Amino acid sequence: MPLDQTAKSGTPFSKVGTRPLRPDGLDKVTGRARFGADMTAPGMLIGRVLRSPHAHARIRSIDSSAAEALPGVKAVITAADFLDRQDEHRDILVNVMAREKALYDGHAVAAVAATSAAIAREALSLIKVDYEVLPHVIDVEAAMRPDAPILHDNMFTSGVEPRPSKPSNVAARYQFGHGDVQAGFAAADVVIERSFRTEATHQGYIEPHACLASVGSDGQGELWCCTQGHFMVRDISAALLGMDISKLRVTASEIGGGFGGKTTVFIEPVALALSRKAGRPVKLVMSRAEVFRATGPTSSTSVRVKMGVKRDGRITAAEAELKYQGGAFAGSPVELGAMSAFACYDLENVSVIGYDVVTNRPKQAAYRAPGAPMSAFAVESVVNELAERIGMDQIDLRLKNAAKEGTRAAYGPTFGPIGLIETLKAAKAHPHYAAPLGPNQGRGVACGFWFNFGGQTCVSLNINIDGTVALAVGTPDIGGSRASMCLMAAEELGVSYDRVRTVVADTSSLGYNDVTDGSRVTFASGMATIKAAREAVKKLCARAAAIWGIPEDAVVWEEGQARPAGPNAGAFPPLSLREIAAMAPKTGGPIAGHCEFNAENAGPSFATHLVDVEVDPETGRATVLRYTVAQDAGKAVHPAYVEGQLQGGAAQGIGWALNEEYIYGPDGRLQNPGFLDYRIPVASDLPMIDTVIVEVPNPGHPYGVRGVGETSIVPPLAAMANALSAATAVRFTELPMSPPRVLHALEARRMAQAAD
Amino acid sequence: MAARHVRSIINGDAVEFVCEPEESLLDVLRDRLALTGAKEGCGTGDCGACSIILDDRLVCSCLVLGVEAEGRRLETIEGMAQHGELHPLQRKFLEHAALQCGICTPGFLVAAKALLERNLNPTETEVRYWLAGNLCRCTGYDKIVRAVLDAASEMREGRHAA
Repeated sequence: MPLDQTAKSGTPFSKVGTRPLRPDGLDKVTGRARFGADMTAPGMLIGRVLRSPHAHARIRSIDSSAAEALPGVKAVITAADFLDRQDEHRDILVNVMAREKALYDGHAVAAVAATSAAIAREALSLIKVDYEVLPHVIDVEAAMRPDAPILHDNMFTSGVEPRPSKPSNVAARYQFGHGDVQAGFAAADVVIERSFRTEATHQGYIEPHACLASVGSDGQGELWCCTQGHFMVRDISAALLGMDISKLRVTASEIGGGFGGKTTVFIEPVALALSRKAGRPVKLVMSRAEVFRATGPTSSTSVRVKMGVKRDGRITAAEAELKYQGGAFAGSPVELGAMSAFACYDLENVSVIGYDVVTNRPKQAAYRAPGAPMSAFAVESVVNELAERIGMDQIDLRLKNAAKEGTRAAYGPTFGPIGLIETLKAAKAHPHYAAPLGPNQGRGVACGFWFNFGGQTCVSLNINIDGTVALAVGTPDIGGSRASMCLMAAEELGVSYDRVRTVVADTSSLGYNDVTDGSRVTFASGMATIKAAREAVKKLCARAAAIWGIPEDAVVWEEGQARPAGPNAGAFPPLSLREIAAMAPKTGGPIAGHCEFNAENAGPSFATHLVDVEVDPETGRATVLRYTVAQDAGKAVHPAYVEGQLQGGAAQGIGWALNEEYIYGPDGRLQNPGFLDYRIPVASDLPMIDTVIVEVPNPGHPYGVRGVGETSIVPPLAAMANALSAATAVRFTELPMSPPRVLHALEARRMAQAAD
Repeated sequence: MAARHVRSIINGDAVEFVCEPEESLLDVLRDRLALTGAKEGCGTGDCGACSIILDDRLVCSCLVLGVEAEGRRLETIEGMAQHGELHPLQRKFLEHAALQCGICTPGFLVAAKALLERNLNPTETEVRYWLAGNLCRCTGYDKIVRAVLDAASEMREGRHAA
């Protein structure tokens, strides 16, 4: 579809860009909205999962006879109740239920369904698992050492020639880049090389995973669950259980946050297996501790970055080595981290190498712009140091090297129209950038990039007899996307916003939809909605043509009405959508538009963040004083929810920078599986977060839309580190910059100064 | 232990229920009374998603036992809109787009109502500290704080007008 920034024939948008109330809003402010754990079924049992207390252990045997004998227990399952697949589903199968080994603290080993939660809990205590505890490894660097405990005997590093002769914990090696970095460094006036570390952080959605499964003796199943992708849940669950896909219908509940963490399955196949065995519906809800111990946080990382610059500010070369541990299975987001590391820069010489490493931690799951914040933390920290060393303004150095249309990205493609420079200029022009700073205060800048995804998408748009519109999409609404879909459909059809109702349809009602991820929904489901609406408009025009007895191509659609295309077409009063809809039964039956496609050309999004912090020299506590986000949205369909994405990503990044971390004991057990000890930002930790929405249209979408959800978490880690460094004159290279760590750095600086 | 018989007033209605002595009030509300507006985000009083008002006191219902509701007056999110009309806080949350996923919203609304019943003219800082027991992972709190301040302002004007 060609870019049509004004929607139709030169007229400006009338709906897109406004801020109507969201269609699901009333239910969510009155408690009526039904989330994962809010559903019940007649005869429902309660499921519970038994989890490994060991970081790494061989499972010699599981004796569940005592649990099965407990009155009220209706089913006990282990790995034996799933298909023993050796295909591409192997890792997820083993993660859902441990087979030969428990690979991390919290790994599921068995599950029960009982008539009450209390009986289910008691049953878990009666299951006897005979473990042979094995040596474990938690740290990414330690896992790469030759003497590290090996998790998988069949893991031979891919991407290395020749193929290694011995198994290791390095699943894969990736490499990107172009040019001659050695020549580039030789041409530089200043070269800086530093190593950085980030800790694993959890997506921290407030709603724990929850589902209600029901499988009948006829093999047909129903599943209600909170997920970012119910089609994905259906297909994977069916594969693990050996069911036909057509026999499993999955309905997505309202979802209480995901941020990538609900793009895979954990308890859903378990609940289905329990229900199949018990012959009754089973509800399975994770506790918060289970969420932390057994669902995917993102990687912890170790990153080395080297960059060279000339005195005039031109970056001559950039090199990075990234090591990301992704928990007990291959698939850390290191490849995306490596691809995005230098995406903000127009570089002649660039080289990035990434290692995907396994450790005895829960299998990582996607977390908002997976992989990108960590590499951006390292790169954007070094860029600031380069600016300091050559005495150049931190925004000016970025402007001088910024990626723009025509830049060949380090990961291969050449960028089309992108908005990085516009966000940098917006940040520089913002009053925030010129505001004075006080003692112990510092200002940080950082940029960020996200690819944005398209993907498989299917929607159905039906014109009702009263002229209202029913739109069915297959991408769970995680932050207000139903409002955006209603706006785009209303824009195309020329009807008011409140005459369109968008629902997230179940898996039996639509073709396959990829999960809500990669900032794809407003772009891809939005484009599908526009295409479906245009198909419906074509049919509405055809009905009008038939009513008038003129050719179809002699009818145009304007402002929600069919009109004769011109004087030659005939003189007929316009027919509104409502009028044509009312006549539909007599003019050919229902009127609908559909779209099923694989969305491409998502159009990357860039952002520049500004932050001021004050560091208390007595305690090491950093307070965020002011925060401004400038980000390219292409076209903001519902600006209030775009702002919300920018603010939410910034807040999560601030938490990652200052407080959040997975803390393991020497026994390999997670020590802080709760919100008290894993501290996400609260209202009193943050200031208002200013936003500037930049709109550089994406030529891949008819309205110019770019996804906005993920880019906003990429810059904050580095922006915060740059601000703390400016405030304290200490360069921070490890996250989180928690008070003890900052205080330690300040004391080391004071000692060094005293020694001088 | 035998189940206990409990009588309470919930959102103005007399309610009787039985529950186990160890059962949390949140579980009673959700599983026995089908009042699922209060959410369990943690079960340990850290997230505030289960906030309710118990005899004028804001509490995490996951930290209260069901039997403690005996003879007490409870307000939950389900009782916040009166006679089909949204409370000003509910309206302002919608107008300010102060929710994304919405799982924390009932808890925030109940907590914010408890604040405005004590202080109808809070500063931004007072709002932020009062709501510090409610976690939101989506919004960064900006629009939530604005919605509460705006609702307070509207309610003050309404009081002057009345």
